[in-house]
Amino acid sequence: MATVTEAPPLAPAPEKKPPRKRGRWTPYLLLLPGLAWLFVFFALPMVYQASTSIQTGSLEQGYEVTWHFSTYWDALTEYYPQFLRSVLYAGSATVLCLLLGYPLAYLIAFRAGRWRNLIMILVIAPFFTSFLIRTLAWKTILADNGPVVEALNTLHVLDVTSWLGMTVGDRVLATPLAVVCGLTYNFLPFMILPLYTSLERIDPRLHEAANDLYAKPSTTFRKVTFPLSMPGVVSGTLLTFIPAAGDYVNADLLGSTDTRMIGNVIQSQFLRILDYPTAAALSFILMFAILIMVTLYIRKSGTEDLV
Amino acid sequence: MTDVTNKNDNTGDVRLSGISKTYGGFTAVHPLDLTVPQGSFFALLGASGCGKTTTLRMIAGLEEPTSGTVHLGDQDVTRLPPYKRPVNTVFQSYALFPHLDIFENVAFGLRRRGIKSVKKQVEDMLELVQLGEQARKKPHQLSGGQQQRVAVARALINHPKVLLLDEPLGALDLKLRRQMQLELKRIQTEVGITFVHVTHDQEEAMTMADTVAVMNAGRVEQLGAPADLYENPKTTFVANFLGTSNLIEAEVDTKSGDDIVLKAGGGKLVLPQARCTAPTTTGGKVLVGVRPEKISLAHADDAGEIPEGRNRITGTIADASFIGVSTQYVIDSPVCPELAVYAQNVDRDARLVPGAEVVLHWAPAHTFGLDAAQDIDAGIQEEAV
Repeated sequence: MATVTEAPPLAPAPEKKPPRKRGRWTPYLLLLPGLAWLFVFFALPMVYQASTSIQTGSLEQGYEVTWHFSTYWDALTEYYPQFLRSVLYAGSATVLCLLLGYPLAYLIAFRAGRWRNLIMILVIAPFFTSFLIRTLAWKTILADNGPVVEALNTLHVLDVTSWLGMTVGDRVLATPLAVVCGLTYNFLPFMILPLYTSLERIDPRLHEAANDLYAKPSTTFRKVTFPLSMPGVVSGTLLTFIPAAGDYVNADLLGSTDTRMIGNVIQSQFLRILDYPTAAALSFILMFAILIMVTLYIRKSGTEDLV
Repeated sequence: MTDVTNKNDNTGDVRLSGISKTYGGFTAVHPLDLTVPQGSFFALLGASGCGKTTTLRMIAGLEEPTSGTVHLGDQDVTRLPPYKRPVNTVFQSYALFPHLDIFENVAFGLRRRGIKSVKKQVEDMLELVQLGEQARKKPHQLSGGQQQRVAVARALINHPKVLLLDEPLGALDLKLRRQMQLELKRIQTEVGITFVHVTHDQEEAMTMADTVAVMNAGRVEQLGAPADLYENPKTTFVANFLGTSNLIEAEVDTKSGDDIVLKAGGGKLVLPQARCTAPTTTGGKVLVGVRPEKISLAHADDAGEIPEGRNRITGTIADASFIGVSTQYVIDSPVCPELAVYAQNVDRDARLVPGAEVVLHWAPAHTFGLDAAQDIDAGIQEEAV
């Protein structure tokens, strides 16, 4: 956070001997394991993937770097629907997470009292089981003859959602709605935790001060609480949107061929079709797209100095 | 407890009737009646946890009273939420909005009431508190004293009927605090709004307020003008909490005219009947009080030169500390251990050193009498903040 106050200048060390060399190198030595890890598992694969993306050839004859940049263009023109869908689904899931997570985080931070820890544990509890199992559980929840779908049918909610193109017929499973629901559910804690952290840091006296200065509770929220929770909103949306945009498990388990996201395309290019250059190019396009969107978003929300 | 005055213009009066606050089994404020007249500077003085802040918060509407009513002028505001009360608060830690600059902090109240053209008013108000240059800074870029002035400006700009100040100077260092005390007093005189000021600093309360209510354990112990409270404390708590008092246990001997003659140790002390709040039956116990600066010291050899008719006690100097304008003596006497005496350093008697035999004497008019049934040490620890 940039609101951090400046560190006080270090007191001049008592000078007995000239500072020993080892002391000067200690910070770098401590950084070394982390840097080595990043180098081997992040920097090297990036370079490797980058080179893969501009190779041509085939599995049988082997691949060669031919600076074939048109792979990028081909990948983009062929798979832009999946890109757009990923942004749409991840965006919807992020908005839903924010709408569901904010009241809950607010409740935990200001109203929960002695229940605070219990609710926090409940928020984190899903992490104790595997991501895959949790997503599979939604298959049962949204099953065609399950109580959820029946209730939604009876209430004619599905008529509305299918008119909006979010569901197909009287099914929820294998529709965009199911994928967005799965994404929302799986990334909700990543929204709640940063929101809670930034809400919890707000001095309750600021609410009292706003109240005292003629702000109704709703105005207090709009003018004081929400602006002060912006760091949490920004990091929460980023922590939700970025992984959701690249996710393929939800679309795979809860969706259909019509709900394929870019993650699914990359996965099948790598593992089934074995077209490594296209897969690598798609990965880079996704990465740059997210980078640009995030930069614009942070600029726009004016919280460079808060994140 | 008591009405301070009755004035005709009472739109800025604060009237608390039977107001109390309990949290579970703990009573923070016992049923309390208090009237703060329009335009006065009123201080609620007491140690932490005495209920003074809770009382203030009930006036602000930030705390709902368990019983009783709050009136501002003739309007019953007991059930009104804080944002509908014509009252503003300067919070203890200022509670400035960290995401807004100084200008917007000060403009906050005006904007909430839908006032469009705030520029002129805010600039004038910042000028009043001498912060015109800082308008576009964020609160964390200002010093403690400047933040405090922003907090005052943010409240005052709304022209509240009553300004509530919750330990507004607590976070400032001593020198700045003295400066801000005068500043606040000046602003109060200028704007003529009723100020209700909560503090644990007795000096602050006495310097600034016209009327001080001393609170202890959820009750008002005594209420009055600062000089009146200091000269005529009615309880041991007030006597010890406001400044220092020497309290001597004595027994009522006889009454002569308007005076009571008491026996303390071997000697006799005279106390004006009018200054005694305790029941005085012959043989009954009374606590005799006298402020340390009212006592004069004479070396035992000069005892003959002390004028007739003064109260006198003999003792030995146990300790003397020179603090510039005065010297503070601690005297051990058979009548009472550890009597405090503050002597102005006008003509210093070189014989007055620890171990010297001395006679303490003072005018009977400076003596006050308190009920001996109270805790003689009440209010002593709390003073050392």
